[in-house]
Amino acid sequence: MRFSLARFRAVLVKEFIQMRRDRITFAMMIGVPIMQLLLFGYAINSDPRHLPTLVEMADDGPASRAILMGMQTSGYFEVEGIVTSAEEGDRALRDGTASFVVVIPPDFERDVVRGHSPQILLAADASDPAAAGGAVAAISGIVTTAISETLSGALTYAASSPPPFSVVVHRQFNPEGQTSTNIVPGLLAIILSMTMVMITAVAIVRETERGTMETLISTPVRPGEVMLGKIFPYVFVGYVQTGVFLAAARILFDVPFLGSPLAFFVGFNLYIIVNLALGFLISTIARSQMQAMQISFFTLLPTILLSGFMFPFAGMPGWAQAIGSAIPATHFLRLVRKVMLKGAEMADIATDLWRIGIIMAVIVLIALRRYRQTLD
Amino acid sequence: MSEHAISVRGLTKSFSGRRVVDNLEMVVPKGSIYGFLGPNGSGKTTTIRMMCGLLTPDAGEGDCLGFDILQQSGQIKENIGYMTQKFSLYEDLTIRENLDFVARMYKMTNRKARVDKALEDLGLADRAKQLAGTLSGGWKQRLALAACMIHEPEVLLLDEPTAGVDPKARRDFWDEIRRLAGKGVTVLVSTHYMDEAVQCDYIAYIAYGKKLIDGLAREIPSMVGLSTWLVEGPELGALEAALRKDPGVGQVARFGTVLHVSGIDTAALEKVAERETAKKTHDWTRKEAGLEEAFIYLMAHSQDNFGSGGQA
Repeated sequence: MRFSLARFRAVLVKEFIQMRRDRITFAMMIGVPIMQLLLFGYAINSDPRHLPTLVEMADDGPASRAILMGMQTSGYFEVEGIVTSAEEGDRALRDGTASFVVVIPPDFERDVVRGHSPQILLAADASDPAAAGGAVAAISGIVTTAISETLSGALTYAASSPPPFSVVVHRQFNPEGQTSTNIVPGLLAIILSMTMVMITAVAIVRETERGTMETLISTPVRPGEVMLGKIFPYVFVGYVQTGVFLAAARILFDVPFLGSPLAFFVGFNLYIIVNLALGFLISTIARSQMQAMQISFFTLLPTILLSGFMFPFAGMPGWAQAIGSAIPATHFLRLVRKVMLKGAEMADIATDLWRIGIIMAVIVLIALRRYRQTLD
Repeated sequence: MSEHAISVRGLTKSFSGRRVVDNLEMVVPKGSIYGFLGPNGSGKTTTIRMMCGLLTPDAGEGDCLGFDILQQSGQIKENIGYMTQKFSLYEDLTIRENLDFVARMYKMTNRKARVDKALEDLGLADRAKQLAGTLSGGWKQRLALAACMIHEPEVLLLDEPTAGVDPKARRDFWDEIRRLAGKGVTVLVSTHYMDEAVQCDYIAYIAYGKKLIDGLAREIPSMVGLSTWLVEGPELGALEAALRKDPGVGQVARFGTVLHVSGIDTAALEKVAERETAKKTHDWTRKEAGLEEAFIYLMAHSQDNFGSGGQA
């Protein structure tokens, strides 16, 4: 009763036929990644631009106007009007008509020239810190530039010792701060995890639910043959999804691919397999396709939230990082970002690989132990 | 019964505290058609599943074709054909693909020829590309039978193979089973239908997971020990109702225009017959109790099982 290649192939062929006949599921396997890619890539931006801004101008000298121009051209601020009092500005912030109110004090330009370091007030609606963050970080640079450009000639001395606007923001690997550059590689981890886990989870429970499991296990088929035969067709699906993803990342989002293709290939294969094994494990627990779907979604949530896809991993508390480390997506996410954005080679991703490997070994062991050859 | 295909002793299985099969002993002689009868929920399916290694018994032992049912379910699976109660082939595969899949599972040599032959035998050669899910009930049963026979097993375990199938299809089905038995295949078949029971060589009747009776089919009526009278005449309905209340009568069953009146207590029944004959309204004739009466009697005395629900 050893592993039979013939029976494994039989299960494989059967799965492919069933996959081909189930048009909608097949379409979803390709449609979901494209949809996600478009939504996450285009719609989600953690560094929003063109935020509505009001200005209270007590000084309308050239420097003040240069600052406003600078803010406008930075893309972060969309100057929509003038307020004449502090109350008016407060109200606008509170009711959301403005995200920022900029207050330029009286005699601003004169004080700059005299070296009095006047202050510009940027009142920001920071109730969504992520939305305001980028703009706040950009403001000092904008003002500095504006002032140094305005105060030239005899007044250069005043600009060269600029007021306390001296924040330097250096965005490495993503110089333009494009969210999609970061999100799109991470999205591969989420897309693969979502579809691979769900499809396999459902694939086995479906046999139980339709009663075909009884015929299947009344034949001499071995657990390993069923498991591999059911997993392999979806490896193929994972390849198609990855292909679609890479093409879209390149064509639609201009995401670079700087690192070693081999490292990427090894990494995504390992990742596909670990997700399929997880799906298989779920299907040995779930009693119905509905339950399998629910458990899959249950695993999806930490994958999105704790893997570092949505929020920076380093910013999470220790316990959350501990949970995150047990999620395959966490390591694959790092791997993909390293390879695509930082030009990593095999040696650079070794740690991520063996961590995924450990998770996989644990899952496969539990899954094989749980798969029943009886109806007990 | 020197040569047996299946022999089990003390087979016991409980599901969540409910004893579904209780200390069951059964011997299926080689080459026989063995009928396995009992009401719904009496434990027929569970017993069959334990015989072919799909369920692990809580207690008991046995062998199937010389292989231990506890240890060697792998070998058993290779040599038996099991047809499930519910159609359990792939509805989204075609007829040919289903047969081919099963043939591959058993690592058949010259697979294509065998599948072709099975399709030919089934009379489905020209519909081979039809999806199994689109077949009617009767055809599904025949396909399932063909599938579980494709590796030419020595033992067939058929779990209510004709449930919900029209009479013509049932007759064809049984012709096929008899033909197989003629070739030396041992067939264990569970059924509800009495007209099917009479076609079996041996019969076991179980209720509450306990075996009530087993033996050669022709000996079952005398083992039950019923005497039966045939009653013919007008207004059988009224007579039937009256006789049912009579303590001397064990059971009354209507077969078309005839009443079969039976009972365990031969003397008491004879008195009823004398009394009724004296009225001269109906003809009373003594007859040998048949399987039909025996089973109605057995079923009537295990009625409680019907309420227990679930297929177990």
